[in-house]
Amino acid sequence: MTSGCGEKSSGACERLSHVGHREGDSPVGLRPNGLIVRAVVCFVWLAFASLALVSCAREKREFRQAPPAARLESVRDIDLSPGGPAPTPPTKNAAEESAYAVNEGKRLFDQYNCTGCHFHGGGGIGPALMDDKWIYGSDPANIFETIVEGRPNGMPSFGQKISDAQVWELVAYVRSMSGLLPKDVSPTRDDHMSAAPSEQRAPKQVPVGSGIPKSAEMSQ
Amino acid sequence: MRRERDHLRSWRGLTHARSTWRAACVLIMPFALTLLDACSGAQQSVLDPAGPQAVRTDKLWWLFFYVCAFVFVFVMIALFLALRRASLWRDETASARGVTELPMLRPAPEKERRTTNVIVGATCVTVVILFIFLVASYSVGRSLSTRMEQNNKVTIEITGHQWWWQVRYTDSNPQNIFETANEIHIPVGVPVTVELKSQDVIHSFWVPNLAGKKDLIPGKTSILWLRADHPGTYRGQCAEYCGMQHAHMALYVVAEPREQFDAWLAHQRAPASQPTDDSQRRGQQVFLSSPCIMCHTITGTTAGAHVGPDLTHLSSRSTIAAATLPNTRGHLAGWVVDSQGVKPGNQMPPNNLSSEDLMALLDYLQSLK
Amino acid sequence: MNAESSVIEKQREQTKASANQSQHQAAAEARLDRRELDEERDRRELERTWADGRGLWAWLTSTNHKTIATRYIITAFVFFLLGGIEAMLMRVQLARAENSFLSADLYNQIFTVHGTTMMFLFAVPIMEGMGLYLVPLMVGTRNVAFPRMNAYGYFTYLFGGLLLYGGFLLHTGPDTGWFSYVPLAGPAFSPGKRVDVWAQMITFTEIAALVGAIEIIATVFKQRAPGMSLNRIPLFVWSQVVTAFMIIFAMPAVMLASGFLAMDRLVDTHIFNPGEGGDAILYQHMFWFFGHPEVYIIFIPALGFVSTIVSTFARRKVFGYTAMVLSLIATAFLGFGLWVHHMFATPLPQLGQSLFTGASMMIAIPSGIQIFCWIATLWGGKVRLKTPLIFVLGFFAIFTLGGLTGVMLASVPLDLQVHDTYFVVAHFHYVLIGGAVFPLFGAFYYWFPKWTGRMLSERAGRWNFWLMFVGFNFVFFPMHELGLKGMTRRVYTYLPEMGWGDLNLLASIGAGILAIGVVVFLANVFWARRAGEVAGDDPWHSPTLEWATSSPPADYNFVHLPTVQGGYALWEKTVDAPVVVGLKTDCREVLATNVLDAEPDHKYQLPGPSIWPLMLALATAVAFVIGIFTPWAFPVAAALAFASLAGWFFSNPNSDNRRVKMTKPRPLAGHAQAQASEGQA
Repeated sequence: MTSGCGEKSSGACERLSHVGHREGDSPVGLRPNGLIVRAVVCFVWLAFASLALVSCAREKREFRQAPPAARLESVRDIDLSPGGPAPTPPTKNAAEESAYAVNEGKRLFDQYNCTGCHFHGGGGIGPALMDDKWIYGSDPANIFETIVEGRPNGMPSFGQKISDAQVWELVAYVRSMSGLLPKDVSPTRDDHMSAAPSEQRAPKQVPVGSGIPKSAEMSQ
Repeated sequence: MRRERDHLRSWRGLTHARSTWRAACVLIMPFALTLLDACSGAQQSVLDPAGPQAVRTDKLWWLFFYVCAFVFVFVMIALFLALRRASLWRDETASARGVTELPMLRPAPEKERRTTNVIVGATCVTVVILFIFLVASYSVGRSLSTRMEQNNKVTIEITGHQWWWQVRYTDSNPQNIFETANEIHIPVGVPVTVELKSQDVIHSFWVPNLAGKKDLIPGKTSILWLRADHPGTYRGQCAEYCGMQHAHMALYVVAEPREQFDAWLAHQRAPASQPTDDSQRRGQQVFLSSPCIMCHTITGTTAGAHVGPDLTHLSSRSTIAAATLPNTRGHLAGWVVDSQGVKPGNQMPPNNLSSEDLMALLDYLQSLK
Repeated sequence: MNAESSVIEKQREQTKASANQSQHQAAAEARLDRRELDEERDRRELERTWADGRGLWAWLTSTNHKTIATRYIITAFVFFLLGGIEAMLMRVQLARAENSFLSADLYNQIFTVHGTTMMFLFAVPIMEGMGLYLVPLMVGTRNVAFPRMNAYGYFTYLFGGLLLYGGFLLHTGPDTGWFSYVPLAGPAFSPGKRVDVWAQMITFTEIAALVGAIEIIATVFKQRAPGMSLNRIPLFVWSQVVTAFMIIFAMPAVMLASGFLAMDRLVDTHIFNPGEGGDAILYQHMFWFFGHPEVYIIFIPALGFVSTIVSTFARRKVFGYTAMVLSLIATAFLGFGLWVHHMFATPLPQLGQSLFTGASMMIAIPSGIQIFCWIATLWGGKVRLKTPLIFVLGFFAIFTLGGLTGVMLASVPLDLQVHDTYFVVAHFHYVLIGGAVFPLFGAFYYWFPKWTGRMLSERAGRWNFWLMFVGFNFVFFPMHELGLKGMTRRVYTYLPEMGWGDLNLLASIGAGILAIGVVVFLANVFWARRAGEVAGDDPWHSPTLEWATSSPPADYNFVHLPTVQGGYALWEKTVDAPVVVGLKTDCREVLATNVLDAEPDHKYQLPGPSIWPLMLALATAVAFVIGIFTPWAFPVAAALAFASLAGWFFSNPNSDNRRVKMTKPRPLAGHAQAQASEGQA
């Protein structure tokens, strides 16, 4: 990173004669501050290298996902508890840390026809997913169970039909619809007519348990 | 002084016989090896045309090739002669050693005028050549984009997906419409209209032996027509970068005589064959109760999703995974269980099936002739 | 004494002049002593005035065009090496069918970063760097027109490059190709920050390119040495001016495209969303409206290198100066009229396509004229076969071939067959490596003595050339055949039954040879800087003004600004060539001349070192880097930019000179015009 084209203080003639006499001395010359500059450059590269080492892997894309055997036992054990969110320890969903995984969830949400009942989050046949109301809990584990086991009053069980990795992706996406995911992970707009602001711009809805909605009770 | 000597040495090195030959051999090697390789065939070669468009483009290519090769050789000879001419002054240059300031040459005006004439002439020739190219290119282009007379209408709708081709044979009778994937059958000698659409990103449909490429653009429909003059199987590939598995997005066009094509058409229009033995029946159950049903269609069953390829006549196709693997039992098994190992990033999830279930499923899938 | 107080002083060619004036010899010698003393005094004062100082602070604040340009060149060359390493990785991956050296995801990132690096971080900046170093010297002035903007341009470029590679190291390298077509690069199909990094980096580097272009135009049009009328501008300077104009018209298009892309991705606009009335093809038009001229932006400066080197080593003027200049300008105009030939496969009307076929073929005419003129120059010249010229001869062979395949690609039916195949990869590497990198290496050999005062080794130069030339043809010639055999671009692997394995292996071996050639160059540079032959001011006996000063040039470039009597300044220097005097030596003053005839117009003070360009570049970085994560970065950055600009404009432009003892400026007798406008300074 020696950037100078010449020593700043000496004239052209002096410089050349100087070169002629001292063998092996570069005319460009390393200025005394060359060391400092190099140190700075080294520091910058070190910073990058260490950043790379501790990188959050947010952009890493996992394709060969864990088989279903890795399913959380705790998820299996949750009792159905209509009438209030189940008090479960919060589960960490790895898919929520990858923008790619959340986006896959968004694609699956559409392709697996979740939109058929929940529309694009606004709800219709099924409950809305972009508001703050969670009948069966907003924790990833709760949503996972909702998808895998199904819920009374219409939510089918997809446990056999969707691989767990994809369910976790769907879980992450569902949570992003009400702004529960960080902005830099949530999907942005898709290439269709936009019915609502994208997940990235969805205002964060602090989850509240709401119990079984009135309409569902009546249909019972 | 040392520089002058260097110069002389290299000058001789460039013009003297033995080292010239050696240098020439090294120089010619890439060209020679490439031309040598051109003799061996390839699956999807532009220069192996099988349809009228590809034939016309091929002819146009050879026109361009020979003219351009001539121009290249001409320019190189001119350059070489220019250097040879300059080399006559070698001794003068050598005698100029010791002179600190080399003089600027001032060529005689009449010589310069002659050179000007030569350059104007060469430029005129360039313009003429380019004009010929333009006319040839335009006329071939016109013949490609004109619609062919359609006496026996076959219209195929192709939709690009990441990373496979959805193929739909349209018909005025809705009952005759059917879907398949990654393999197109066309009758020989009959023009086929291909409607190109995309479901996600831009792809490009290209079967080099038959015609040039055409982009599939979301929200737009582009039209391409094809005609194969000889029966055969022609490979095509997505030519526009479309994401992770762009490399594995190919298809086959099978051109066959009319009767065979009609038979194929009739077969494809029929619903899927029903399982005939226990294993196949179990396989069907596995299919309908596993993740398969979320994405695939098998007509005549409850599987009706359009996320992945239509599997109604899976076994009638020669390849799977967008012409990536041959359609054999082993490859099919590998694909079902670990598709991400074959085509990382594709949209088919891995499936953990017990070995009995897997065998039954394969039996069933292979029965879908 | 009269002579001394005029703006243009007659300076003697000492040996010849003394022969003519033998009877006045004694008087002349007396004056000579006096002049030498004056010159020594001027030299000392200029040194003090134009020095940027030492230390880290000086490094961050320097505004000397040579310092900044050297940074550009070194940084761009480092990116060239990084891009080359990426190319090698790709060649290893493709050496055989179904190789698993790189994963699909990594390969896609690597080819994207390779293309982006080579186009945006290497080719354009290095050409501009060469221009920023050489143009002020060639037109005979002390610095570029806007020195602080120059520093700002470099820092934005550097930050853009660091952003891209920072992202790449963090596994956030863009993976949608250097063109990033929507919808693939749009929000729906490229989640995460990968493409955002690409889009913002484009905006960064294009700011730098625009800034550089403005400087070059202003410097060439207003700061030429007296006598250097438009028809005497060296061809290299012409090529830089033409390039700069192209940058000004082309770069805004891509900044718009990348800006729109970033907006679509970050704030949910629908510019490219067909579902809401946007259009994906619009992006392609905007991108290629820049993308095609970009090729010429890289290539035209290289034509300047070629003209310079050919005329120096054939020892004569380039044949057909006017035709050459007009060809450059014609290329620039036509370059904007053929972007659609990158989009022939999209649904477009046939007649419209043919228009672009015509335009694409037409551009072969000016290129052809230039090649004919160079050959005529060699034909009528006395050739010295030095390394720079050998690289130019390599350029003739490679570029002619690449140009001819370019003519093939202009034809719609042929393009539809070979578009997006390895044929195109071969074509544009022939044009860009042959057309730009070979002349660039020639230029390195040619100007290295000027930059460092030492010669590169000729012997290593030959090795360097032959390794690169042979290696290059081994890599890229087989790719023509691969394209015709149907191998599409941007594939991370291919099936064994496709029959592409042999040629790919050949290409990969060639890549190794090419890489060794580049290593030889690096070794040559490191060796020559320590032990190269001392060059002297003008080792090649060249015609242009940069060789009229010391090697390396002093901070102030020339003690007395030169004047020019012909298109080949040093060859056509008259015996009593005058020089410019009367410029203040105690402040950074330069002479502004008029656009057409370069007659002295007024004096103008350039600003000195300043930290504010760096501060403004940091504010820009805040906007673009943090802007990836939150739109709030923009108002914050606007405030920071406002503060930086306030510092920039309100700080005394010559604060650095206050230490210098103020002397009474010398009057500009006889030049009322210049005096009248002096106040502007």
